[in-house]
Amino acid sequence: MLNIDEIQNGIVIDHIQAGTSMHLYDLMGLDALNCGVAIIRNVRSNKMGKKDIIKIEGDTTGLKLDVLGYLDPNITIAEIRDGKIVRKQKPSLPKRLVNVVRCNNPRCITSIEEECDHIFELSENGRYRCIYCEQELQVKPR
Amino acid sequence: MRHLIDPLDFSKEEVDSLLDLADRIQADPEAYQEVARHKKLATLFYEPSTRTRLSFEAAMLNLGGSVLGFSSADSSSASKGESVADTIRVISHYADIAAMRHPKEGAPLRASRYAGIPVINAGDGGHQHPTQTLTDLLTIRRRTGRLENLTIGLCGDLKFGRTVHSLIKSLTRYEGIRFILISPEELRLPDYIVNDVLKAHNVPFEETRSLEGALPRLDILYMTRVQRERFFNEEDYVRLKNSYILTARKMELAPAHMAVLHPLPRVNEIELSVDDDPRAAYFEQAKNGVYVRMALIMTLLGLPDPKAKQEVTEC
Repeated sequence: MLNIDEIQNGIVIDHIQAGTSMHLYDLMGLDALNCGVAIIRNVRSNKMGKKDIIKIEGDTTGLKLDVLGYLDPNITIAEIRDGKIVRKQKPSLPKRLVNVVRCNNPRCITSIEEECDHIFELSENGRYRCIYCEQELQVKPR
Repeated sequence: MRHLIDPLDFSKEEVDSLLDLADRIQADPEAYQEVARHKKLATLFYEPSTRTRLSFEAAMLNLGGSVLGFSSADSSSASKGESVADTIRVISHYADIAAMRHPKEGAPLRASRYAGIPVINAGDGGHQHPTQTLTDLLTIRRRTGRLENLTIGLCGDLKFGRTVHSLIKSLTRYEGIRFILISPEELRLPDYIVNDVLKAHNVPFEETRSLEGALPRLDILYMTRVQRERFFNEEDYVRLKNSYILTARKMELAPAHMAVLHPLPRVNEIELSVDDDPRAAYFEQAKNGVYVRMALIMTLLGLPDPKAKQEVTEC
């Protein structure tokens, strides 16, 4: 069994749905981060059966953690300082998603405009809508 | 800087005051013929339009301003692949205000984010058409004397009918509005309007396939055209285009006070025989469009109202 206190300073993203950690890695832009990243897949879990974990060692400033609330609300984020958990939280639903998912409406301006961000905002009824065409986000990416 | 992209960009009070200004302009057009002197309107029409583009141009000319622009994507740099963002940044150096029509939904919003001048959404795909809504509201108010306590039938293409979407959004802010949605199953109102606008604001509505059944209960009948340009599949268009045709005979079922509106152009959804019926308000609606766009241009450019000033002085 792997322990989260193996990290001295950084973040542990735990309780990720098994098999989806690589997708999170891409969407969070972890490849651009100049620090150590460990992806642990299919770890045994009492609660979930199987789960994935991502450990990030080092300076995590600028990390897009808000995306996690949309991608997987069951995730927990533990902040580690000097080998100890200083904060543990569940991500909240972000008010807006920028370039996390693409609008798939062929009538939307995002389908033809160069370098146009794909932006979805949380509506009053808890659904995400494209700010340009208002199409509802139907499915979460996998 | 203010833009008009979504019908709800203006508060209810701002809409009412804009309609009041349109009324004042219509009552005394000569008083307004110089208020936009030396100002330029750019009409950026990436999609064909007769009424909207010409009424914008007429509105600016009536105010003493000038007009420049293009009337199809082929005659603009869009044909070379220029983005909406770049186009509006350039146009902002040439004009004081822009009206944009675009086949893609959200294009005017995109433009407004890069513009140095006010941008007006003159119709974006099947999404919104807020200046048509102002025109519709002015026509309804003139015909009925109010914007509250009305039963409004919306008939035809409610799925791609951007004028319908914008009108519903705006009218939900008024008390006592009830909608009867008349359309074939395939052209029903999109779920985002049903859920986020009608249900979210507890606005009573019913959906029906029967125009005849709805007619006796209506204060306003808003007819729409089934738009060939919104279909990816010609067969679907052909199957649905004749779903509803308003005839003089069907008008016998409607109350004497009902008004028939249509954003135009019509194809065959209103028979020519209905034009002579005093309840037909669609040509009057097209005329109102010029006054309401004059009021909108004045408002977005912050131009003083000569008549309002006079009233204040008199007080």
